[in-house]
Amino acid sequence: MNKTLQYIFVMALVTYAVRMIPFVLFRRKITSPFVKSMLHYIPYAVLSAMVIPDVFRIIGAQTPQDIIPAAVGFTVAVILSYLERSLLTVAVFACIAVYAAGLVF
Amino acid sequence: MANTKSAYKEGFFAGMPIGLGYFPISFGFGITTVNLGIKAIYAILISVTNLTSAGQVAGISVIAAAGTLFETALTQFIINLRYSLMGIALSQRLSPSFGTVHRFFTSFFITDEIFAVAATRKCPVTPSYMYGLATLPFIGWSLGTACGAIIGSALPSDITAALGIAIYAMFIAIVIPPAKKDKGIFCAAIFAAALNCLIKYAPLPFNISPGFAIIICAVSASAFASLIAPFKEDNTE
Repeated sequence: MNKTLQYIFVMALVTYAVRMIPFVLFRRKITSPFVKSMLHYIPYAVLSAMVIPDVFRIIGAQTPQDIIPAAVGFTVAVILSYLERSLLTVAVFACIAVYAAGLVF
Repeated sequence: MANTKSAYKEGFFAGMPIGLGYFPISFGFGITTVNLGIKAIYAILISVTNLTSAGQVAGISVIAAAGTLFETALTQFIINLRYSLMGIALSQRLSPSFGTVHRFFTSFFITDEIFAVAATRKCPVTPSYMYGLATLPFIGWSLGTACGAIIGSALPSDITAALGIAIYAMFIAIVIPPAKKDKGIFCAAIFAAALNCLIKYAPLPFNISPGFAIIICAVSASAFASLIAPFKEDNTE
């Protein structure tokens, strides 16, 4: 098995295990308020850490010409999200903003 | 039998908006994956076998950085741990007809959105309903990845770079609206982003790979938010 397939196998196995094991076996409720609270916040922390700073590296090398369009797209996405536009709207306009900024700068 | 069929149908239609919503997200995932130099066929294989957005994006960044398999496993474990909680919550709402074998199969399809719809269904959840509910999201997620990865390989690089922001934009659109109302979510998001920048740009004497960086950020940011604004409600996510 090549290296990439090994990664994919491990990803699939772990992801399935965390879904399946409690769903099949667990019969009581989690009581620790702190653990419950952490589990509530983890998805948002993960998403945030995945966006920042990687979103600024979507265009290869890290020259100002590459960072500016990404920063423009990021700003557009933040503003539209704050205005509570749909996921699709936010994504489409962020893409257009990156492309347009790439033409200008 | 008629009952089983109508439950499948009910789930199928309930899953339609989820499937439509997944298509563009996984399209972005497909583009991002091939942009990292991973083959289109692998992008599709990841989506078909994982069916999760955040874990997959973290996974491809570990692959691209040539991280270890242990790091891959730990990253997936931390990021997808919420599905364990959802599985526990959902298991309280199942109909008596929901046997162990069906639990083995349907657990694969627990995602944030599928869980949210199933857990808020008025009557107990049956296996037929779960299969129906999972059908279109699974198709939307797989097909979107395939389209993104294949089209992404063919388009000029300035266009794929622009499309590459799509998945990040959607993550932003998931976090910001609830962060406006929930102080804890706001704190968790800011803390995680700031800490991740610190890890990546501060001159540390050792190297922290992207997978471990996400784990450190997720655990410490959610602990920080839980201290500042403990989440109390027992409502579903």
